[in-house]
Amino acid sequence: MTTPLRGVRRAGSTALLAELADLDDVLALRAALERDRPVGVRELIAAARTLLVTYDPAVTGHDGLSRTLAERADALPAQGGAVTPSTDYDTLVVPVRYDGPDLADVAELTGLTVREVIERHTTPLYTVAFAGFAPGFGYLTGTDPVLRLPRRSEPRTAVPSGSVAVAGGFTGVYPRSSPGGWQLLGSTDAPLWQEDRTPPALLLPGRTVRFEETT
Amino acid sequence: MTHQNLLAVRELEVIAPGPLATVQDLGRPGWSHLGVSRSGAADAASLTLANRLVGNPEDAAGLEVTFGGLRARLRLRRPDGTPATGYLALTGAPCPATVNGRPAALDAPVPVSDGDELALGMPTSGLRTYLAVRGGLTPPPSLGSRATDLLSGTGPAPLHAGATLPVGEPAGPMPGVDHAPRSAPPAEFVLRVWLGPRDDWFEEASLRDFFGARWEATSKSNRVGIRLSGPALQRSRTGELPAEGMVRGALQVPPNGQPVLFLVDHPVTGGYPVIGVVHEDDLPLAGQIPPGAPIRFRPVGTPV
Repeated sequence: MTTPLRGVRRAGSTALLAELADLDDVLALRAALERDRPVGVRELIAAARTLLVTYDPAVTGHDGLSRTLAERADALPAQGGAVTPSTDYDTLVVPVRYDGPDLADVAELTGLTVREVIERHTTPLYTVAFAGFAPGFGYLTGTDPVLRLPRRSEPRTAVPSGSVAVAGGFTGVYPRSSPGGWQLLGSTDAPLWQEDRTPPALLLPGRTVRFEETT
Repeated sequence: MTHQNLLAVRELEVIAPGPLATVQDLGRPGWSHLGVSRSGAADAASLTLANRLVGNPEDAAGLEVTFGGLRARLRLRRPDGTPATGYLALTGAPCPATVNGRPAALDAPVPVSDGDELALGMPTSGLRTYLAVRGGLTPPPSLGSRATDLLSGTGPAPLHAGATLPVGEPAGPMPGVDHAPRSAPPAEFVLRVWLGPRDDWFEEASLRDFFGARWEATSKSNRVGIRLSGPALQRSRTGELPAEGMVRGALQVPPNGQPVLFLVDHPVTGGYPVIGVVHEDDLPLAGQIPPGAPIRFRPVGTPV
């Protein structure tokens, strides 16, 4: 059996960066560490090919925690498979007006009609793989392969709040106005981030999501 | 007496905030997985000292005053409406400070009364001065913290003239400390750095430059990060790094080769390689680096 762990790198005196082959392995290792959290581990920050593990240096250290990560990675099921949705949350349905400024460009890039782009985007069941970039921004896997487009060559200085977008194989929704380089397909009024709500984010890692066309 | 609480007043009224003043505590750990950094005082050691000097818990909220310039009035009245007294403490970047026009000591508890006006001048060294008020500042918390996070927009807004901040009740006795002398921030900042996690993305010569150069903090610096100016660091490989988790103290190098030192309000992920990470114990010092200051990095474990 081969380990999915490609390496463990030091990120200062309080964190390790575990490198994995792909997102599925990242999420599998994160799930394993969440189920049984090693002593001293503070936070787990998943990304496309890495898992950042922050720790309390008074409780654990670089060498010991590196060994623990290697053991946990070795113990993962051999087959990776798709991202495992969490059973903790209901599927979130996000109503979207498909009126994004990049919709016509995306149709041209993919050779689809605008109508077909909308159908391709509303068909899959997505899963929130990880969050980042801004409070409440989730990176959703499950995007139709034909819509796995690169970022725009010129990022926008201000993407409107609620914009639904694709880039780099992910779908995302901007929780508030911010700079951004993703291809904007549409917009939603869903309250993606509310500090006084528990939890504050709608797009929680592990949650399944569908996009539904609205007018 | 139903009107008792109407007469009790404990608050800090901002007359002028100076260039930037924010409420800070020790931040909100545990939300990075939803895209929110810990935030909190950029020089946490100074905030905790200020709190200890006035008998507050170390994690009570105080003010982080950037470049001085704060003017504020304390309102302290008992439930029967009579004036009350209290204490404040100023730590961090040393600056001229007065209470009602009389010089106020730094790094020491300063007795104050209802109506007293505090005024801070420009720091003589360093960047951020901390104000703790006995009882702590108690604006409503967000996600368990009163820290202002300028990147995510979480926490109280930066202070403006006319803002009032509630002050809590003292939580414990005053300590028997008159003065806690500290060395002022230095003219040149030396920070210990762990190489990595992406030092292998850079040329050997650039790693030598990184430790050999005298970097300068530019004016394009804030609580998110300090933009440095110095020799352009050259990458040894091409291609894009998929975004990955970032820690405070990370030195991220964008394509122009000029590192950005991430401070307390840093983004939780970033897409440029991190050449090294400042040692955790040196982060409070990094929080005091003013624009224009020279900075040197040295590898962790080597003598000064």
